[in-house]
Amino acid sequence: MPNPANLSLSPRKWAEREIGWVQVHLAWLAVISLILLAAVFPARADEFATLVSALGADSFVEKAQAITALGKLGDGRAVAVLTALNDGRLLKAPDGRVMVSDATKLIDPLTGADVPELKADALDRIRVNNRLRGIIEGALGGLTLFSADPAARLGAARDALRYPSADEAALLEKAIAAEKDSEIRAAMEQSLAAARLVSGAKRERLAAARTLGTTTDPQIKNLLAEVRAAPDTDPEVRQAADTALASINNRLWLVGLAANLFQGISLGSILLLAAIGLAITFGVMGVINMAHGEMIMLGAYAAYVCQQFFRAFLPPGWIDAYLVVAVPVAFLFAATVGVVLERSVIRFLYGRPLETLLATWGVSLILQQAVRSIFGSPNKEVSNPSWMTGGFDLIGGFTITRNRIVIILFCFVVLGVLALILNRTRFGLQMRAVTQNRPMASVMGIRTARVDALTFGLGSGIAGMAGVALSQVGNVSPNLGTIYIVDSFLVVVFGGVGNLMGTLVGALSLGIVNKFLEPVAGAILGKIVVLVAIILFIQGRPRGLFALRGRTAEAGG
Amino acid sequence: MVLAYHPVGRTLWSPGFWAAFLGCGLLLAAAIPAINLWMPPNSAVALPDYVIPLLGKYLCYALLALSLDLIWGYAGILSLGQGAFFALGGYCMGMYLMRQIGTRGVYGNPLLPDFMVFLTWQKLPWFWWGFDHFAWAAAMVILVPGLLALVFGWLAFRSRVTGVYLSIITQAMTYALMLAFFRNDMGFGGNNGMTDYKDILGWDVHQPVTRLSLYLAAVAALGLGYLLCRYITSSKLGRVLLALRDAESRVRFLGYSVTNAKLFVFTVSAVLAGVAGALYVPQVGIINPSEFSPGNSIEIAIWVSVGGRGTLSGAIVGALLVNAAKTWLTGAAPETWLFVLGAMFVATTLVFPRGIVGLLRQARWTRLRAPAPVAAGEQA
Repeated sequence: MPNPANLSLSPRKWAEREIGWVQVHLAWLAVISLILLAAVFPARADEFATLVSALGADSFVEKAQAITALGKLGDGRAVAVLTALNDGRLLKAPDGRVMVSDATKLIDPLTGADVPELKADALDRIRVNNRLRGIIEGALGGLTLFSADPAARLGAARDALRYPSADEAALLEKAIAAEKDSEIRAAMEQSLAAARLVSGAKRERLAAARTLGTTTDPQIKNLLAEVRAAPDTDPEVRQAADTALASINNRLWLVGLAANLFQGISLGSILLLAAIGLAITFGVMGVINMAHGEMIMLGAYAAYVCQQFFRAFLPPGWIDAYLVVAVPVAFLFAATVGVVLERSVIRFLYGRPLETLLATWGVSLILQQAVRSIFGSPNKEVSNPSWMTGGFDLIGGFTITRNRIVIILFCFVVLGVLALILNRTRFGLQMRAVTQNRPMASVMGIRTARVDALTFGLGSGIAGMAGVALSQVGNVSPNLGTIYIVDSFLVVVFGGVGNLMGTLVGALSLGIVNKFLEPVAGAILGKIVVLVAIILFIQGRPRGLFALRGRTAEAGG
Repeated sequence: MVLAYHPVGRTLWSPGFWAAFLGCGLLLAAAIPAINLWMPPNSAVALPDYVIPLLGKYLCYALLALSLDLIWGYAGILSLGQGAFFALGGYCMGMYLMRQIGTRGVYGNPLLPDFMVFLTWQKLPWFWWGFDHFAWAAAMVILVPGLLALVFGWLAFRSRVTGVYLSIITQAMTYALMLAFFRNDMGFGGNNGMTDYKDILGWDVHQPVTRLSLYLAAVAALGLGYLLCRYITSSKLGRVLLALRDAESRVRFLGYSVTNAKLFVFTVSAVLAGVAGALYVPQVGIINPSEFSPGNSIEIAIWVSVGGRGTLSGAIVGALLVNAAKTWLTGAAPETWLFVLGAMFVATTLVFPRGIVGLLRQARWTRLRAPAPVAAGEQA
């Protein structure tokens, strides 16, 4: 491997020869060229060699100076030397040469080559004390910018933000010149701008403030605010810092908006899944189903059982498919329970909504206790399949997780399919007919009892699928349903019954409002505010946002 | 749909009624304390001391059930937030009891209750003002639930929020209150609530004599509450309530103010619930936000249904029976309790919509109306 340091060595040797051969006035030229060369070539091997041998000095003060100088030099080879020194693996030969001991062999830190002629036990260990260790750590921090590992370089470039100074700026400039990875270079330039903002000349500071204005990092924000507040800051620089701060705040606000919007849509889609089934049963049959939350819970347990089945009986490679199987299983299971519930209890209570409410509450208690008796009270863990884990990082520390995206998509697919069923199938037509005018639908030959049972089954089945979705974002426990039941009711009441559009708007707006209130008021207070707002909203529109008009609207009460 | 057979006119306040009322009163207020005080502990009918606060607790529940029956059974308002009024009354009493602790708390702070010291608060929040005095606390027990019900009811009934919609928003109300009281910085003790009481009116709450007095206070409150509800339901207003329960629009078209009638009875019911809560707290020794949970409020409805809604005595009987069953079952076989409770909900709505007292009354009416004894015998 060619050592780049040799390239800078040869011009100097050439210059030395010039001194020996030519007149004194030529020596001046040589000195000037040497200085120029030193400025052009960032890693000066002679200095590196000198400093490395200075590490072997007896005095701790000299050692400390050499370490600091090595740190500022910006030579990648210094990392190995300083690490070795810190670990007590740096040895000194009797002739003054310094060697790195690497378990089995000795390595020359200047060339990186083995030194087979020396034996480790013949060499002295170069001693360090705690003060030196501190200095080494500081020097290494800067040097990681030159590390061979791209991840370490990126980390160091970001760390450099924390202690901006003139020294840092010099190091970063060298590092940027050597850097080839564009992402790391961008991070380094950001840190360089921060360092220059603090320590540079006025023009540099102004340019740095402009550069920093295009970022979103909170640390940079603090830094700019500090510069702005410092009493000795130049007015122009202060103004530039102000502009940069405003631009950062603006961008952060937008990112926050996007994050809240996404979280709100995510929560809204979960609420929507939980509430769609309720909206159908309430809208079509005027039935308040308090056991709806338990249908969700049953769906989540169906997902859990599917997962356990896949783990126990099928090849390990198939585990990712369990969720695909869990959706129809949960739908069918919850729908079956729903039809049984409708046939055995609810059909005797039509026209008595309050009694239905109490009876279904009783059913919900029984279902909860049944699940608790079978599976036990502790939370069950349902893991995300691999295609749902992970997420995408966006600017400003805002992550979009994949499971939430899948749930949002799933929710809209369910809604779309449901809209198709309601509007394009014979069953949907019958359902709408029964919703609008039950006696007339019955007169026209629609078997309303059958429609009721199927509708209730459909609503419960969708709740079951909602349970599968919920199992992907939270724990599965017998109380799962009770967490969502009040929220789902509010969605239905807010949106108006018997109306998918109302449910959609109700769920999404509740979700988004909730998430926007959370940072302002805190999660619990935000929820309280939403509850109170809905209670007040009901006063104005007692039948919801999208109320059914006409005769049925009055009869429902 | 006719849910129960209501006694009308003179029979309501007849000597027969007073005899039954006083008989029950004597049993609760004289016989039970007497047995507790003078029966030797090893005799067959002895009542150990721990039973007295338990019975007192049941009586508070009975008053709570009575308050729900007044609005649900007679005015068709199924409030699923009745527990909120109960808990608010309880919190008012709890605050008074907290102030009575004085310097005997764990931290011995003369100014602040323990939980505020724990939160490193410096001074008492303004809404704790006055709770050093029993009279203030007693007024708040009535005013706080009453005012909340007045405002909430006015908003709801004015815009004609009825039926299940009203049930759901009352549930949302108690849910919101529960979340609020769970917050530590509300100043009501957060999720631990308030406990570790020492004195009430200078009497040690742990002494048997204080407990017996509290029990007697609960008996008295229940008796007075019952008479009040009976008076309201038998008055002209009571007739209007029954009518609007069965056909609200028709009553409105006849010129009655449905809003005012409902608002009045809703507020009275909230005050009764608040008083029940205030008597409940010193007997059980704790109040915490779980009293606000929606599940608790729905459970009150089952007490009323089991006893028979639309019958005041039914609410009391239901509350006593269901809670006695709960105490017994949660001790004997805890995992079966929810099955039994759930089955009660289903059974009372499907099979016995009239409840126990309703069934008894129906049986008596059938017997009275039978044209001849012979025919009655054949029917049976």
